[in-house]
Amino acid sequence: MSQGVYGLMAEFGDVGELVTAARKAREAGYVHLDAYTPFPVEELDEALDLHHTRLPMLVLIGGIIGGLAGFGLQYWTTVIDYPINVGGRPLFSWPAFIPVTFECTILGAGLTAVLGMLGLNGLPQPYHPVFNVPRFALASRDRFFLCIEARDPKFDIDETWGFLSRLQPRQVSQVDA
Amino acid sequence: MANGTQIPRDERRSLSSHLPPVVQPGHTMASVTDKISSVVLTRQTPRAWFIGLAISFSLTMLLLVAVTYLLAKGTGIWGVNIPVAWAFAIINFVWWIGIGHAGTLISAILLLLRQEWRTSINRFAEAMTLFAVACAGLYPLLHMGRPWLAYWLFPYPNTMGMWPQFRSPLVWDVFAVSTYLLVSLLFWFIGLIPDLATLRDRSPSRVGRFVYGLLAMGWRGSARHWHRYEMAYLLLAGLSTPLVVSVHTIVSFDFAVAQLPGWHATVFPPYFVAGAIYAGFAMVMILAIPLRRFYGLQDFVTMRHLDNMARITLATGMFVAYGYMMETFMAWYSGSIFESALMTNRFSGPYAAWYWALLVFNVLIPQALWFTRVRSSTVALFLIAVSVSIGMWLERFIIVVVSLHRDFLPSSWGMYYPTFWDWAMYLGSIGLFFSLLFLFLRFLPMISIFEMRTLLPGAEVKEENP
Repeated sequence: MSQGVYGLMAEFGDVGELVTAARKAREAGYVHLDAYTPFPVEELDEALDLHHTRLPMLVLIGGIIGGLAGFGLQYWTTVIDYPINVGGRPLFSWPAFIPVTFECTILGAGLTAVLGMLGLNGLPQPYHPVFNVPRFALASRDRFFLCIEARDPKFDIDETWGFLSRLQPRQVSQVDA
Repeated sequence: MANGTQIPRDERRSLSSHLPPVVQPGHTMASVTDKISSVVLTRQTPRAWFIGLAISFSLTMLLLVAVTYLLAKGTGIWGVNIPVAWAFAIINFVWWIGIGHAGTLISAILLLLRQEWRTSINRFAEAMTLFAVACAGLYPLLHMGRPWLAYWLFPYPNTMGMWPQFRSPLVWDVFAVSTYLLVSLLFWFIGLIPDLATLRDRSPSRVGRFVYGLLAMGWRGSARHWHRYEMAYLLLAGLSTPLVVSVHTIVSFDFAVAQLPGWHATVFPPYFVAGAIYAGFAMVMILAIPLRRFYGLQDFVTMRHLDNMARITLATGMFVAYGYMMETFMAWYSGSIFESALMTNRFSGPYAAWYWALLVFNVLIPQALWFTRVRSSTVALFLIAVSVSIGMWLERFIIVVVSLHRDFLPSSWGMYYPTFWDWAMYLGSIGLFFSLLFLFLRFLPMISIFEMRTLLPGAEVKEENP
C-alpha cells in the first residue's frame, strides 16, 4: 500500500465497457472499488454486488414514527389535555384524526427517505480524493470511471495499474489522497 | 408501457414508431449536457427573459402594495363580507394549489408508471408546483385577518393552554399543505443534486463553482450513491402519489364537510383531484410551449410531449365535466329544495353568466383536443390551455361565491363584488409565480440533465462478453 494514494482510476467512454471492467475487477478479487457515472446504471448494482440497502427499512420506520406521533398528538390534545365537550360528542373521535395522521406519516417517511439517503451516502461531503483527478469533472457529463482503492488488500500500485490498463480504458490515473 | 422493463428498448421504439420521438435523434450525452446547462452557464441571457421578469416583477410589487395595505387596513379592503366571506382568497388558494398538482403527478405518478416521456418536463413542472403552492399558501394566511398570529394554527405548547381543533378540515389543510410543500421541495431538490454537480463541474466562474458546489453537497456519481439515490427517489415518488391525492381531497373537505348546498357533496374529493390535474396540465402546457420555443428546446420537449399532455388534459377534463353533470343530477335526484334552488341559481341567478362561461371554457372548448390536428398545433394547444386555466378559476368562483351568496334563508342572501384589491392580490400572485419561474430558468437547469442522459441510445449497456 502506497502512502498518499487514494487509489487508481480508469476512464471509459462507454457505459458497457465500464460494466465489463467492474465485473472483471471483482472477478480478479478486488473488493474496495467504486464506479462513477453521469447517470444511474442498474447493471452496475449487479456488477459491484450492491444489493442491500437499509433505506427502505428506515423509511418504513420513519413513516410509522411520523404516523404514531401525529395520532398521539391529536389523542393527547383532544382527549387528555384540552377536552372540549361539543354537544356530548365523544372526545376520542378517531375518524377525524385520520387526515392529519396520514400527512404526518408521509412527512416522517419523506424526511427519512431524503435525510437517510444523504446520511447513508455520507453527504454533504466537502472533500473527496476522486476530485483530485482533473478529468473527473467529466464524470458528470459523458465519461465513466472505475476506481480501485488503495485500502483494497490486493492493491499494488504497479500490478493494479497493469490490470486496469489491460481493460482498455481511455486513460488510467493515480488518485492522490 | 406499465411493464416497460420486460420489453427491450428497440422493440419499444418500434411499438411507438408512429409517434414523434421523446428525444430527437442525433443527441449524445455531451450534447444534451451542454445544451441544457448552457442556458444557465454560458449563453447570453435572452432579452425576452429580462422583459418577462420585468413584467412579472412589477406585478409582484403590486402584490407587495396589496399585502401592505391589507395588513394596515384589514380584510375590509376586499369585497368579502357576510354571507360571502371566502371569495377571492379561497378561490385563488384552490386554483393555485390545483395547478401545483400536475407537477407532482408528472414527477411521481408518471415515474411509477414508467412513462419515459415525463423526463424532459418533470423538472420545470416540479418547480411550477413549488411556486404555485407558495402562491396558494399566501391566501389562507392573509385571509386570516391577523396573519401575524398564523402560528396559532400549529400545535405548540402555549401560555393560553389551548390546542388546535383537530376535527376541523381547516386544521387538516394546514398539515396537508405544509407537508405537501415540504415533500415537493425535497423531491425537487433531490432530483436537482446530480445536475447541480454537473453545473459545479462545468461552471466557468468561481462564484458558480462555489454556489453549485455547495448545493451539490459533494455529489460524485458513485455507483453506491446512485443505488441509494434511485431507491430514495422511487420511495419519494411512491409517497408523493397518495400525498397529492390526499392534499386536494382535504382541500375539497374544506367545502364538503360544511352543510351548505353546493358544498355538501360526496363527489367533491375525486372531482377536485381531477380538476387539479386538469388545471395543472393546462399550466404545464402554458409554460412548456413558449419555453421550448424561446430556448430552442424542441429536441427535448417534442410534439410527443405536447400530444401526451393534451390527451391527459382531455381525459381529466372529461372527469371534471362528469363532476358538473353529477352535481346537477344529484341536485334533482336528492329531492332537496335547497339543492335544486342552488342549481337554478347557478343556471339563471345573478352569476349565471359566469357559470355558462365556465361550461364554455372548461367543457366545450377543450373538446377540440379530440382532433389530431389541434393536438399538433402549438398555438391551438396554448389557447386551449389558457381557456382551461380560466375555466378552472371560474369553477372555483362558482363553488365559493355562488354557493355562499344564497343559502337557506332569503333574509341572509347577499351579493359579492370583487374590489380593486381583490384583483391586485390575484394579479400580484401571478406576478410572483412568474418571477420565481423566470429566476428558476436563469439559475437552475430547467430539464433534468441526468435523466435525459438515460434516454439516449448511449445509455444502454452493451457488454462484449458478459
